[in-house]
Amino acid sequence: MEYGYYPGCTLKTHAKDFEKAAIEAYKKIGIELKELDKWYCCGTVYSLAKDNIIYKVASIRNLIKAQQQGFDKLVALCSMCYNTLRQAQEFMKEEENRVRINSFMDEEAKYEGIEVLHGLELLKEKFDEIKSNVEKPLGKKYAAYYGCTLLRPKSIAIDAYEKPNIMEKLIEALGGIAIEWPLKNECCGSYNIITNREAVVERTYHIIENARRNGAEAIVTSCPLCYFNLKDCQKDVKKHYAGFDEMPIYYFTELMCMAFGSKIDKCEDNKGELA
Amino acid sequence: MLLEKVEEISGENLYACYQCGRCTAGCPMSGEMDLMPNQIILAIIRNDESVLNARTPWICAQCYQCGVRCPKNVDIAKIMEALREIKLRKNVNYIDVRKINRSYPQIAIVAAMRKFTG
Repeated sequence: MEYGYYPGCTLKTHAKDFEKAAIEAYKKIGIELKELDKWYCCGTVYSLAKDNIIYKVASIRNLIKAQQQGFDKLVALCSMCYNTLRQAQEFMKEEENRVRINSFMDEEAKYEGIEVLHGLELLKEKFDEIKSNVEKPLGKKYAAYYGCTLLRPKSIAIDAYEKPNIMEKLIEALGGIAIEWPLKNECCGSYNIITNREAVVERTYHIIENARRNGAEAIVTSCPLCYFNLKDCQKDVKKHYAGFDEMPIYYFTELMCMAFGSKIDKCEDNKGELA
Repeated sequence: MLLEKVEEISGENLYACYQCGRCTAGCPMSGEMDLMPNQIILAIIRNDESVLNARTPWICAQCYQCGVRCPKNVDIAKIMEALREIKLRKNVNYIDVRKINRSYPQIAIVAAMRKFTG
């Protein structure tokens, strides 16, 4: 099965490992992620001001590009891209908004409608294929960390918004043990990393220790910002809290590759500066 | 008046709020705030302009937990956005873009620029 694939900026820079592992692992279970020929930044965070149309244009333009390439479904892997594109899809379901945007963006083809999906949603129908590809069962205990943008607002949730379990099912299918914990859908602090790093350091400590107390040996996520925050802030946490042990953070696609026995080299340039 | 402006930008009915505090209970960032989310709503209803100088809207990470937990379906994230917008539309940026650490991921940088600059 082939899907249109929207990578977004971060999967091409900070989160190359996430993308490489996704393409490899999805191919093994019969899913082809076909990158759009042309795409732009999604805008990262959906604008919540009722009268701010211009901030929605970037996401909608991406939906139009996917539609022009003949896709009726567009897959994002980055949780933030998923959220922004999916909320744009919801926005464009309203007749009034569609007419307004289509006439405003007259340089583009008319938007007709497209379905935005997150990579995890595709796995719901693929558990047999996933299980049959496992060569090295994971074994360890993992905490599935959803964060915010896959689940909220609830109109765009990929799973039960207060008690999701798609990632837990994946972990179990890969031969790992998925622990239950209360903070799996709590925010990591998100873009506060730019303005208020200390707050994100505290969030990191709180989230990781809660996962650990509930038995986790590692955390699994699909959001490159959760991944970055939880990983990068651990060095600060260590300074504040004596005896804090580092917790490994993985993308769910890396877990798939590990269990499938695919060799994926870690990218050296994952932390490159902006060009 | 402040209440009218907030209602116009957010599209939310603030009078639906009965101050149960579930938004605040669910907010992962409340420990960093100077006014709790439910107090923000109360201040706006009272047209208390000092709320425009609160730290709270700039701490909000737009995680939507408040709105999801609200028994009256008030989307508090939209109210926080309205407060930010009222400031930003006067050309008062909350951050200096030139000072952003460029080694952070793009999603963090672009998000901060969208939420903290006009």
